[in-house]
Amino acid sequence: MSLRNSRNKIAATAFAALVLGLGPALAGPADDTLVVNEDVTIVTRAPAAAHLDGHLKEVYSGWLFREDETRKMQKDDFDNPNFVFLEQGLDAWSAVDGSEGKSCANCHEDIADSMAGVRATMPKVNAKGDLWSMEDYINDCRTNRMGAEAWKWNSADMKNMTLAISLQSRGMPVNVAIDGPAQAFWEKGKEMYYTRFGQLEMSCANCHEDNFGNYIRADHLSQGQVNGFPVYRLKDSGVVSIHQRFVGCVRDTRAETFAAGSQEFRELELYVASRGMGLEIEGAGVRP
Amino acid sequence: MKRHVVMAAFAAALAAGSAGAEVAPADVKWDEGAIAQSLSGVAGDPDSGAKIMTTNALGNCVACHQISAMPTVQFQGDIAPALDGAADRYSEAQLRGIVVDAKHTFEASFMPGMYKTGPFIRPGDAYTGKAAPADLPPILDAQQIEDVVAYLLTLKE
Ligand code: HEC
Ligand code: HEC
Repeated sequence: MSLRNSRNKIAATAFAALVLGLGPALAGPADDTLVVNEDVTIVTRAPAAAHLDGHLKEVYSGWLFREDETRKMQKDDFDNPNFVFLEQGLDAWSAVDGSEGKSCANCHEDIADSMAGVRATMPKVNAKGDLWSMEDYINDCRTNRMGAEAWKWNSADMKNMTLAISLQSRGMPVNVAIDGPAQAFWEKGKEMYYTRFGQLEMSCANCHEDNFGNYIRADHLSQGQVNGFPVYRLKDSGVVSIHQRFVGCVRDTRAETFAAGSQEFRELELYVASRGMGLEIEGAGVRP
Repeated sequence: MKRHVVMAAFAAALAAGSAGAEVAPADVKWDEGAIAQSLSGVAGDPDSGAKIMTTNALGNCVACHQISAMPTVQFQGDIAPALDGAADRYSEAQLRGIVVDAKHTFEASFMPGMYKTGPFIRPGDAYTGKAAPADLPPILDAQQIEDVVAYLLTLKE
């Protein structure tokens, strides 16, 4: 049998499985609704944005690809391990730090008002035309307005604060700007998403677009969405930032990874965030 | 004169049969996705092949493929076609080609090239996230490829 024939045979088998409703459907997103604290319903599946035409029909939160017990932890803030850290972030919000004797609250007052919706629009282009993630804005306030030291991208202080700020956008739709001054950054992020990095020659799309719902060894592949970030990872007993996750995924292709906070990862973050348009910010996901 | 030719042919035959005849990744001879010649010149060991295929840091084939003949191996992936009956579908040379670099057989395949040293975009030093050394080794060495091929040849239905 020629290689071509055997390939057709594979395609035919896969097709038959689809028609019979077997295969992919079995391993797909869970049939579940995310209602937090029996109060806030969060959209975890939605029609894909127009810019994903020909790539994805529907988008799903990573929450839908986790096991029952893990999903359950996100339904009640008392069971959600992020909240210990998130509360430290809320404390830091009103704690004075730095040479100017100011706290975040001195300028921004109530976090629930001033930070509502912020997470949903990140990353975004600043007044000077640079693409900044939430971490960049936080450090800009710390260094230029408070006279305090910058926090490291993946430090506990930084994650606590991004958790506290993200919670204020819970249940709001992802709403990143991808046109105007953001467009060039978005295009670069998109190019990265489809670049096959490393010795394994794998792109983000190979795993998260072509194979979501499938298992790669024990890992149930999601669409690699970021609307649930920062997330608490049970395996690491800790909070994971968006860029920290990117570092891990690029490293796993046997590639030289990029640094958290790098220009490349901010552009990738914008593109990946835009793939989640239609989904809502979860204000702290839980992962295995 | 004639004797010299005979001697040379004899020496070449000897070399082909010895470990010294290892074919480097860049010197592999392709024929429509297939590789006829053994990469190591030493017959593959299917037991070793099975181990390589189920070890994360080596071939990790079960990350993507299911193999019914390995019922004790947990968490076999379902990214790629099951390997059951692979030896009925492909010749030894075709299997060697697929394992060395499946992109010669399946255009733009998701399957990583196991005996390939480049060119890659931002190659890393295994799973460290750091830049690769200049002489980046292939994921599997010549003998490991032969061992994997020997195991695949046992997969008949
Ligand atoms: C070799 C396969 C593979 C590649 C390539 C890959 N990832 Fe992942 N990724 C995973 C696995 C496995 C997980 C954990 C399970 C899941 O959520 O899919 C994951 C998780 C994620 C998550 C967390 C999702 C969540 O809800 O917790 C994000 C975000 C992500 N990946 C983004 C990316 C981006 C961006 C790239 C490209 C730079 C990429 N991944 C490349 C395998 C991969
Ligand atoms: C990251 C995923 C991945 C890994 C790891 C992987 N493969 Fe594959 N393999 C594939 C895919 C996908 C195909 C189907 C061809 C295609 O469309 O690219 C394939 C096809 C094959 C085929 C042909 C199957 C058929 O019936 O047509 C063989 C044989 C094979 N792989 C062997 C191996 C061996 C042996 C290893 C480990 C040394 C391995 N694969 C590792 C993804 C993978």
